[in-house]
Amino acid sequence: MYNETVMKHFKNPTNAGDMECVDGCGKVGNPSCGDVMMVQIKVDDGKITDAKFKTFGCCAAIAASDAVCEIVKGKTLEEAAALTKDDIVKFLGDLPCVKIHCSILGIEGLQKAIEDHKARTASTV
Amino acid sequence: MTIYLDNGATTAVDKEVVEAMLPFFKDKYGNASSMHHAGQDARKAVDDARQKIADALGAEAKEIIFTSGGTESDNLAIKGAARANKEKGNHIITTKIEHPAVLSTCKKLEKEGFSVTYLDVDPDGLVSPESLEKAITDKTILVSIIHGNNEIGTVQDIAGLGKICREKGVLFHTDAVQSFTKVPLDVSLLPVDMMSISAHKIHGPKGTGALYVRAGTRLKPLMQGGSHEFKMRPGTENVPGIVGFARAAEIALAVDVSKITEVRNHAFKQIIKEIDNIKVNGPRDEMRLCNNINISFANVEGEALGSYLDIDGICVSTGSACSSQTLEPSHVLLAIGLSKEIANGTLRMTLSKHTTKEEIDKAVESLKKHTEKLRAISPLNTVLENVQ
Ligand code: FES
Repeated sequence: MYNETVMKHFKNPTNAGDMECVDGCGKVGNPSCGDVMMVQIKVDDGKITDAKFKTFGCCAAIAASDAVCEIVKGKTLEEAAALTKDDIVKFLGDLPCVKIHCSILGIEGLQKAIEDHKARTASTV
Repeated sequence: MTIYLDNGATTAVDKEVVEAMLPFFKDKYGNASSMHHAGQDARKAVDDARQKIADALGAEAKEIIFTSGGTESDNLAIKGAARANKEKGNHIITTKIEHPAVLSTCKKLEKEGFSVTYLDVDPDGLVSPESLEKAITDKTILVSIIHGNNEIGTVQDIAGLGKICREKGVLFHTDAVQSFTKVPLDVSLLPVDMMSISAHKIHGPKGTGALYVRAGTRLKPLMQGGSHEFKMRPGTENVPGIVGFARAAEIALAVDVSKITEVRNHAFKQIIKEIDNIKVNGPRDEMRLCNNINISFANVEGEALGSYLDIDGICVSTGSACSSQTLEPSHVLLAIGLSKEIANGTLRMTLSKHTTKEEIDKAVESLKKHTEKLRAISPLNTVLENVQ
């Protein structure tokens, strides 16, 4: 049901886990199936230098989470904020129709992490 | 290497069953309705098979209607009885843990003007006789309660539940697709009016099932056509399938289910020993199908876990929302009181007479590895108290 790229990211997600000194963290729930995803980002000079995820979700959700983290590394916060689910789906090749919502989860997690980062930096200025 | 732990979905067809079926494709291919000898050979095979299925249930041959499987049997029983008894009332009672073949059929009948009560079950999935008794009104014409639950393995006391229906003069149907040949079923002793069974769950072919209909029960057929199957189910008989079904039933009835129970209990023991923070769903021991395991793994999503097992060659099924087309977790797991999150982390493993302890040990090893892996990347940290 999933293509090889999806299965690769599902089998061996390289960006899974926790990060030390987090600069932004976003936790979101999937309203369709009740799954949960958390994205952590490290930001240096307006650029995302590292991203990690934790996901309670299906194969597609895990693969999409891993993909999001992969894609955002090296991107500016603006570039990262402009990403959409289509970028994830494209990165993964394709996702079954019923699983598109799992990639939205990844994007929402990322956006929340960026917002969280902004809130943190705003309050420290 | 495949370790197949999804025998609740379907089973491998026995070699003897295939052998019994083969002649009816190529040599004895007659239509059982034809009067010539080729047709009469097929007729005899169907009659013999009907007698064998009847014997397996303690029924009479004329009370067995062959169908395309469990779903059709459930449809025929429920729609057939409801529509034939419309003038007596419009109320049907079923439970919240039925197979979709029953639930969707009841939903459809609601649209036709019938009213349906869906009974709650207790945390083990058992229907209380009191709740059934209370739900019966003078409008009730039919009760349908699943015998062995396909997800959590709960075996209902159909003798007790059927007795209540009998006393109130209400028809009683049970879906015995999962329990047939695993739990003794004798309709000469049980107060059951209709019973659905299927071949492919007992190492028989797909596409064949039967509905037992107690003599004298009024039904309306679902389809119009010839006068096959006592005018209840038109269409040329699936002779190889029917022959295979009867052979499969004979073989299955001779299987010592205590051996399957033993392997199943070994599995439970190993999983509980090796993996923490889990919950066994469904009852223990005698109220449970001998081949059923259903366990929730906290903080782990079922489709992901099932897919990791699949990569290791192990076939299981899950009650997770993610793996269902509707994105809803199993209605059975919700009915026994699990939260959506815990239901999403649930696996079903269903054994067969072929499952060995060695296979179980390998599966448990894989299960442990992947549960740990998924827990390590899970943002949740729910603790389950109710480990049985
Ligand atoms: S996370 Fe539930 S379907 Fe993908």
